[in-house]
Formats: sequence, C-alpha cells, structure tokens
Amino acid sequence: MSNYSLEVKQLTKYFGRRLIFSNLNFRFADNGIFGISGPNGSGKSTLVKILAGIIGSNKGEVKHFLAGKEIIPEKIHNHIGFVSPYLVLYEEFSAEENLLLFAKIRGVEYDKSRVDYLFEKFLLLKRKDDLVKTYSSGMKQRLKFIFALMHSPQLIILDEPTSNLDDEGKNSVYELIREEGAKNIVIVASNEKNDLEYCSHIIFLENFKQINQ
Amino acid sequence: MNSKAYNLFLKDFRSELRTRYAINALAMFIIVAISVILFSIGNEKINENLTAGLFWVVIFFTAMSGLSRAFVSEEERGTTLTLQLIASPTTVFSGKLIFNVILVFAMNAIIAVLYGALFEDFIIKNFLLFIATFVLGNIGLAVSSTIIAAIIAKAGAKGTLYPVLSFPILLPLILTCVQLTLFSFDGTSFEKSRFELAIVISYDVIMITVSYLLFDFIWKE
Repeated sequence: MSNYSLEVKQLTKYFGRRLIFSNLNFRFADNGIFGISGPNGSGKSTLVKILAGIIGSNKGEVKHFLAGKEIIPEKIHNHIGFVSPYLVLYEEFSAEENLLLFAKIRGVEYDKSRVDYLFEKFLLLKRKDDLVKTYSSGMKQRLKFIFALMHSPQLIILDEPTSNLDDEGKNSVYELIREEGAKNIVIVASNEKNDLEYCSHIIFLENFKQINQ
Repeated sequence: MNSKAYNLFLKDFRSELRTRYAINALAMFIIVAISVILFSIGNEKINENLTAGLFWVVIFFTAMSGLSRAFVSEEERGTTLTLQLIASPTTVFSGKLIFNVILVFAMNAIIAVLYGALFEDFIIKNFLLFIATFVLGNIGLAVSSTIIAAIIAKAGAKGTLYPVLSFPILLPLILTCVQLTLFSFDGTSFEKSRFELAIVISYDVIMITVSYLLFDFIWKE
C-alpha cells in the first residue's frame, strides 16, 4: 500500500461565470481504483486537472498526504502520474530523451531499468530512440503511460486512458490499472464502460454535483 | 531548485537548437532592422542622441520578436501541461528566465558589435558605464519579457498583445538605458550617472520580485 491519500472538500469550480461543479467531497486513500464519470462537459477533465494541481479551484480544497503528512503544492508533481489525450510530449526529442529530460527537471534519478521495463510493457522498446514526431497517435498515447509511471508515483490519474489505443493497447492499460491499483491510488476519468470496469467506487458528475455510485 | 531550473533551460536550449524557433526570427530581425536604419540614414551624419535611441529601439523590437517564444512555443505545441506536471512554477519561471537572459545577452551583444562596426557615432568613451548599462538593461528586459510572455501565452492575439503590454512596462527601462548609453558616449562618470543607474537597478529588483510573486497565479490560470 502506498500510504498516500487524497482529500477533497467542498470543491467548486467556475470558468468565468459558468459553474462547472460545486461542493465535491471525497477521499481516496492507500490503494484502489476509483472512477470519475459523467456526460460531456460535466467537468471530468477539469476535476482531474485540479486533483493533479495543474489548475486551481474557486472554492474548497484538495490536499495530498503521504504517510499522514500533507505534501506542499510545490512538491505534489513528484507523486503524481498523469495521462490524458491533451498531454503532449516534445516531438523534437526521442522518447528516451523526453523521459531523461523529465527526470532531470523533476530532480529525480532516471531509473533506466524501470523505464526499459515500461518501454517493453508498452511495446515501444525498439522505437525508444526515434523522435516522437515519427510516432503514431497510439504510440504517443502509450508513451504517455511510460511518462506517467517512470517515477513510480503513488497517485495515478488517467483521463480517457484508452483513447487512440487498439485492442492490444487497451488490454495493456487495463492490466496496468489492475496492477497499479493493488498498490497505489488509480483514478480513471472516462465515459467508457470498459475503462471503469475495475473501479471500486465511481463519482458521477451531473448537473454540477457529484453522485456517488 | 537551481539544478532543476538549469535542466529546464538545457531542455529549451536543445529544443531551440533543433527547431530554431527563436534564433532564426531574432537573427533575421537584427539584420533587417539594422539594414533599414542604415539605408534610411544614407550619407547623413546622425548625432549621439539618435544613435543611442536607435540602438535601444532595435534592442526593444528584437526582444519583442523573439522573447515571447519561451512560453508561446510551449502553448502552441501543447506542452504547457507537460511542464506543469514535472516542475513547480518557480522552476519553470527560473528555467525560462535563464534561457531568455542568455538569449538577450547574445542577441544584444551582436547588435552592439554591428552598431560599433557600422555607425560612426557609436563611440563609447566610458566603457565600464556602457557595460553596466548593457548588463542591467538586458536583465530588466529579459525579466519583463519573460513574465509578459507568460501572461500573453494563453491569449488569442499573442502577436499584438505582446508589444502592447510590453511597451508601458519597458518604457522606463528603455528611456533610462538610452540616457545611460548617451552618458557612456560622452564620457560621463559613474558618479554623475548614479541616479539613472539606481533607477535601472531598482527596476530590475522590482521586476524580478514581482515576476516570481505573480508567476504562480499566471501559471495555474
């Protein structure tokens, strides 16, 4: 178990005057697979961005804890792995160059054996030295998983994780969700029933509110 | 934080070497701007006042054509989110600032050398004062341009907004630097330039402080 927990209290988000959601409350701790679902425009992607510390909220709070101690916002990115269709890696660098740069900028050690394991798992080992701009959209999506997992994060946030993936890619992702969910917190934001199949708890966003399922 | 910011700068530097995103635009602008000034002057002899003014005009517009790239290129390529996921706002701003400071120094050194070679009245009598003005002016220019680039990166009309926002912010710096450059041309001592130097130093300190305080809010929308 990861000893990691995520606590959300009274979370409210507006874009301008438009309310996206209000008064969300939930807590995820230690390990498990949790889902966020809802119709288009219900705020799934906005919510996961707030959870990852990418954007702020208008009201309420999101707190990350490791072994009971709150992690300061400046440091949370080292504990989070994030995959999303709107995440873009640097196309002028090779896959491995991207990952090496990210490790250096994060200030963490580049764990080559873990990265090679992930390259192999996501079937990119032979293409790791190729520029990202030569990758297909499915390969880029698989590379995002390596980016998300390379630093062994305790919180893994997957926004529409299977977009652009073929059946083989989707199966790798489901296997990964199960594997990581056994030891870490995995949050899956999606409308796809299959993506949410392994979730023990799903937060459904509708009409600006959360409905727990 | 420092090594992370340095690594972010290295990322930008290597990316720039491969894409030539800013370097080509800056090089072309410097060549075109100085050529236009030379052609428009023709055989006329221009005085020191005008030489100092034109020197900083070229520096200002060159900065406008290239320094916004630090954040605009990330936004246009869609890699802003990636940066948000791997680095704290302070690291991002520091890395981008190092890149812009080095770019400004390199580009303005080339402009100064070209001015020295091509303009008769670009004769520096107080070289130390010129160097102090050059260093302090470039730092102020880089800091202001970097924070303004971060502000405009998410806007629709980036190209128009950048000089419009930069002009009032950079005006006090540019005017003071023009005056100090003029002092360095006529050999005015450091002692007599104290007031103008104090303005530029204060400007740099204020801009650095305000930029670091503001950047967290800008970066997180």
